Amino acid sequence: MAATKLTRSQQIQQTILYPIDWLEERSGIVGGIKYFLFRKVPGDTNWFQTLGAATLTAFIVQALTGTILAMYYKPDPNGAYSSIQHITNDLFAGWLVRGMHRWGASVFIILMFMHMGRVFLFGAYKYPRELNWIIGVLLLTMGLGEGFTGYLLPWDQTSYWATVVGININGTAPFLGPFLAQFLQGGTYINADTLSRFYAIHMLLIPGAIFALIGLHLYLVVRLGVTSPPWSKEAAGKGPITNGKVTTGRRGLSRFGTRGRR
Amino acid sequence: MQPHDQHPHVPGPSLWPVGFAVGVVVLLIGLIVSWYVAGLGAVIALAFAFLWVRDLTTGTALVDAPDVEAEHAAAAASLLPADGGEPATPPAERYPRSKFLEASTLGLGAVIGGLVTVPALGFMVAPAFLKQGQKDHDIGPLTDYPEGTFVIATWMSDKSQGEVSRRTAFVRYNGLLGSQPSYTIISNHCAHLGCPVQPNGPLDDKNTKQLADVTLIPTVSIAGFGCPCHGGQYDTEGNRTAGPPVRALDRYSFSIRNGRLFIGKPFSVSHVEGTGSAAKIHKWTLAFPGEHVNGLESWLYPIQPPH
Repeated sequence: MAATKLTRSQQIQQTILYPIDWLEERSGIVGGIKYFLFRKVPGDTNWFQTLGAATLTAFIVQALTGTILAMYYKPDPNGAYSSIQHITNDLFAGWLVRGMHRWGASVFIILMFMHMGRVFLFGAYKYPRELNWIIGVLLLTMGLGEGFTGYLLPWDQTSYWATVVGININGTAPFLGPFLAQFLQGGTYINADTLSRFYAIHMLLIPGAIFALIGLHLYLVVRLGVTSPPWSKEAAGKGPITNGKVTTGRRGLSRFGTRGRR
Repeated sequence: MQPHDQHPHVPGPSLWPVGFAVGVVVLLIGLIVSWYVAGLGAVIALAFAFLWVRDLTTGTALVDAPDVEAEHAAAAASLLPADGGEPATPPAERYPRSKFLEASTLGLGAVIGGLVTVPALGFMVAPAFLKQGQKDHDIGPLTDYPEGTFVIATWMSDKSQGEVSRRTAFVRYNGLLGSQPSYTIISNHCAHLGCPVQPNGPLDDKNTKQLADVTLIPTVSIAGFGCPCHGGQYDTEGNRTAGPPVRALDRYSFSIRNGRLFIGKPFSVSHVEGTGSAAKIHKWTLAFPGEHVNGLESWLYPIQPPH
């Protein structure tokens, strides 16, 4: 190493960069994150295209608040209701976290539908993104399953009878319906195992599947890129023809694009 | 075995370590079971350890490993092609052992995965379908059921489960049919989607009786049953009169022992002709609420899970 005297700011920069370089050299994670976040997107993407990220955020909020609620909730027919009362009334900020989970559930479902509507109206489900639409539909059904199984957990009259009705609606499906209903309630009638069964499905089985499917969903988004809005004059990933040259799309997440330069 | 140039001291394949491992296992089991077994294990382990070490030091292999030789020859042939009439080996057959190892790894993985997964999945699914029948339940002396009026009986079908196992039925004594007493026992599960139907009429709460886990609430000349969820209506025989239900209310069989009424197995009913002890009940195996038990729509539910 040459004995060049480093300036103070260079020293600070090196000190900060050293651990990042260390990590990058051994894992490639910095490059991976850059590849994931700093992709080329069409210049005329707009706010509707943030609905997917909003849905992901809503799901992460559900996962976090749900994990913390699980530390206090008791999935037992004799203790579930009182544990919910305990969370809401006695514990510090329990009302807040339970409220976030309870209302966040609706936010998650609403955002999923809005995101789905955006994809549909923008035609973003078309070739080559059909598979991502299918994964999205699976995610939607998983999300609705979360809503169904989570509704029973407060174990009050509303949740109990709503679940009875929900299970019996499942039971009216042709051929396998009765078996599905009996599987869901773990017997001919709702019994002591039904609540813990719903709890396990709600907090382990379906969330695991959702995490995996979100991973696939995002992989395909990164691989296939973001679509332009249907009113776009630009093709996806290609800029307008200026001076006889096709310019590429803008780098980064800018939404201002080339709208003014048409 | 010819030592390879790059790895001059690599020992040949040997089976002795397997015997050594068996000996160690026997030794460990013996520590729990008996000292004789432990001793035997120690002897086995020492013997095979000796054989193994001798093998390593002398460099003589247990197996001659001709496969390895063949592979080397094939590899050499591929490196120096068309030299001196050496028959060219087709690429597909060049590494039969690696093919075998690949297949056996995948196959063993599948077998192990199946061994782990199948019982776990069975544990998840099967308990919902096995041992579902319920025992007959004592719901009090016959004298608590006056003739001609319904009594709301609630009981716990399984006390170990607690309140979640509480069931409710509407019980009416119809007088004698010939020499046998006749009872109408109607389940409170709405035939639409399973909500609890309520009697359409006043209750005689003051005369409520509490017998162990059974509660009996008499009613006063009720006109039928109604469901609070979606408005299904039934007459006093449980026939649907209005609303979304697809059949009549389910009923329970009953038996009488030592002057006490025992509630039995539930069954589904499409409709009832006549009333009271003269009623003709069209009986079917228990179905979930919302399922047709007769007519064209019942073809959608050909098999019922064991209830």
